[in-house]
Amino acid sequence: MRERIGRTLLALLVLAILAALAGCGGGDDTTGASGGGELVVSAASSLEDTFTTYAKSFPDDQIKQSFAGSDTLAAQIRNGAHPDVFAAADTEYPQQLYREGLVEKPRIFAGNRLTIAVPAGSEISSIDDLARPGTKIVIGAKSVPVGSYTLEVLGRLPAAQRQAIVDNVVSEEPEVAAVVGKLIQGAADAGFVYVTDVKSAAGELKTIPIPASLQPDVAYGVAIVKDAPNPSLAKKFVAGLFAPGAGAAALRGAGFLPPP
Amino acid sequence: MTRGAGFRALTILALALALVFLTLPLVAVFTDTGPGRLLDSLSEPAAREALWLSLRTSVAALAIIIVVGTPAAYLLATRDFRGRSLAITLIELPLVVPPAVAGIALLAALGPNGILGGAIEDAGIELVFQTAGVVVALTFVAAPFYLRQAIAAFEALDPSWLEASRTLGAGPARTFLTVAVPSARPGLVSGTALAWGRALGEFGATLMFAGSFPGITQTAPLAIFARFGTDFTAALALSAVLIAVAGAILLSVKLFSGSRALEGRGL
Repeated sequence: MRERIGRTLLALLVLAILAALAGCGGGDDTTGASGGGELVVSAASSLEDTFTTYAKSFPDDQIKQSFAGSDTLAAQIRNGAHPDVFAAADTEYPQQLYREGLVEKPRIFAGNRLTIAVPAGSEISSIDDLARPGTKIVIGAKSVPVGSYTLEVLGRLPAAQRQAIVDNVVSEEPEVAAVVGKLIQGAADAGFVYVTDVKSAAGELKTIPIPASLQPDVAYGVAIVKDAPNPSLAKKFVAGLFAPGAGAAALRGAGFLPPP
Repeated sequence: MTRGAGFRALTILALALALVFLTLPLVAVFTDTGPGRLLDSLSEPAAREALWLSLRTSVAALAIIIVVGTPAAYLLATRDFRGRSLAITLIELPLVVPPAVAGIALLAALGPNGILGGAIEDAGIELVFQTAGVVVALTFVAAPFYLRQAIAAFEALDPSWLEASRTLGAGPARTFLTVAVPSARPGLVSGTALAWGRALGEFGATLMFAGSFPGITQTAPLAIFARFGTDFTAALALSAVLIAVAGAILLSVKLFSGSRALEGRGL
């Protein structure tokens, strides 16, 4: 009996080690041997729908994407994560990584605009309504691009109005998708998001435009990561983000502006 | 003989692997930070605020869990009734539910548009974006850890003790408070420690249900995530503090109730 338990344990341990080794081996195979290989893209949360559409123009499963706040993705790369492409919702994070020698020279591939989003049935109809006491507003944390753009918008308002809106902020979310989620759930009354987010939340949110005089310059930067595991495919992916590529078409379709 | 020695070597190897794998990342947080940076981060008011919020909300959640969970676990452990195992399974379900799912589920149940949302609003209670919402999220994810241990602890009691207490004239409430709870203490304390640890580390359900706002809903794990993108050293330092606090809780619980505390049934 004891011997059997011992043998079972031994078998389990061996299996575990084999599985671990097989896992590592498998990883190496896909990046090295096979011809086209796969491409790992780290992209801003606001690009999720668009890049998912764009990835469909590549062979099945060739593009592996990871979406999060641009600040989180940049921190991952800084700490040794090694995707092939980094696409951020601003130009600051790609520039920082470029200065640190972690990515190639970034390029601006799209623009966007900020908007106020409210649940579809909301009575809020202008930016002035956001200053009313008790209005629950969610914004992005200042470390994530949508948050810093929001602070730019608020910074252009008269001081009293800005303060009233800031006092109504109930949550600073780590990425724009979380702001959208809180609005769709009806947990918050209003949020500052990208125009493209409201478009992809089809019907559940309505948008209250932010006047042009308050709009920040929203520019999306993309860079190929230094020593990218798959540089040729990375170049192809980035090139496709510019007209007349399939990526550019997906971006325009989702409401992103062409790069300036 | 040699066969036995081989197995022994194997268990030692397995233990060594487990120890290195489980402690290395935690040790790395400290070696990456350095004591000076650690103290600096503690002097940062925002970090202290997040830690203080984490302590307050987790203690509040624990109080709810213990007050409601102890009698509930006692009933489940000492009475056999129809649906008992179903009840136990339902109680344990949040253990295996991902935190993000817990957050969505709480919104669907208690959020403004949730099934109980209207009733909660009528009662004048606000949870979403409020500190109370953090307590709700922590209670939801941490309670099963306490309940499981408490049920096991009460089940391990010798029924004849409880019987003796009753034949000596103590009512069921008195038996519960003066015999069952003190005898089950090691298991209850270890359940408390596990639940506290889980509550202190809670991230996903809190973020989704209560949001993230410094001083109101941004607990230490959320503050760590908020710093991750911009100030990695600050995130590391805060992580180190959280590890130290969690370690202190574990240690004090072990000291408080002897080494049996974390062995569940005291086997």
